[in-house]
Amino acid sequence: MTDITKFKPKTVYVTYIASTPEKVWQALTDPAFTRQYFGGFSIEVEPKAGGAFFLRNPNGSVHMSGGVVEWSPPRRFSSTWTVEGMEGFNKLPPSLVTYEIEQSGGSVKLTMTEASDWDIPDDILAGGRSGWPAILSSLKSVLETGQPTRCENGVAAGLRRGGEEGGSAEGVAEFLILRSARSGAFRRMASRSEFAAILRDAASGRSSG
Amino acid sequence: MSKPSFVYVTYIRATPEKVFDAITDGELTAQYWGHRNASDWKAGSTWEHQRIDDSDKVDIVGKVIENDRPQRLVISWASPDDAGNPEKTSRVTFDIEPYKGDAVKLTVTHSELEPDSGMLRGISAGWPLVLSALKSFLETGSSTLIGATQREP
Repeated sequence: MTDITKFKPKTVYVTYIASTPEKVWQALTDPAFTRQYFGGFSIEVEPKAGGAFFLRNPNGSVHMSGGVVEWSPPRRFSSTWTVEGMEGFNKLPPSLVTYEIEQSGGSVKLTMTEASDWDIPDDILAGGRSGWPAILSSLKSVLETGQPTRCENGVAAGLRRGGEEGGSAEGVAEFLILRSARSGAFRRMASRSEFAAILRDAASGRSSG
Repeated sequence: MSKPSFVYVTYIRATPEKVFDAITDGELTAQYWGHRNASDWKAGSTWEHQRIDDSDKVDIVGKVIENDRPQRLVISWASPDDAGNPEKTSRVTFDIEPYKGDAVKLTVTHSELEPDSGMLRGISAGWPLVLSALKSFLETGSSTLIGATQREP
């Protein structure tokens, strides 16, 4: 059971889109639409609180799973996200991802909040922090121009590559480290093995706690 | 006390030059930002964030710290009443990198902000709106995102 009152925001991204709340809602929840801007990934959601939530890889396999916490079209969609099929990641507690849609003047304000109920290391948050701006910039472009911005989506691409490398936490870690190094997100870079250790510690810390 | 920063990243289908010019050409900023950014943009020169109504009011002033068109622009940033007060002068860095052939990654880092200040709150709400408007302006040729009721830096 997810106690959402214990979740604290870790990453917030706001964008304004020349569109309607209904169209933004569809863009966020329709599988075919999400594929256009989410690096080929698609969201599949059972449209009710308590329903199942999946983010599928381009090949159809499950990349994230979770449960719908709030389903209030076209204003608010909140679900838990757990990484599947990746050693290290699937033992971590789920994140809570919330999309909030508000009318703002003649446009729509979309707020994405990624929240956690534990002391999640910055190294793990790095993927989302580099990924969300790319994903939501692309969503805005699709709604306003019909075309995505061609962005390789941060954590999604990292995890996909990790999957291609045998699903190892090390494979994912290397990608995320390279990416955060390029974006200058961190002054101190964790090494590949350090990152894998962070994942292991985080997972074991939780399961024993 | 350490001074907080605000960072915002957006991806825009445009060239680095178009993005840089959309930030520094007053006639272009007037179309999506509701203000004219006026300067000769030489390092050491002053710049002003001027309203486009008839009031001639200037909302932000500062100096050009670095101009490396098209990849980087660094400016200082203060309310006109606080000009020259280092405690209330912050710094804005625009980093523009080519991305995936036909897009750029624009990173705006607003640093050295006064903790718990109205400026910090204002720019935190304002940059997502201004940079969303900039992206729309460059990709669609028009931007109606900034209305009279909306906040912006």
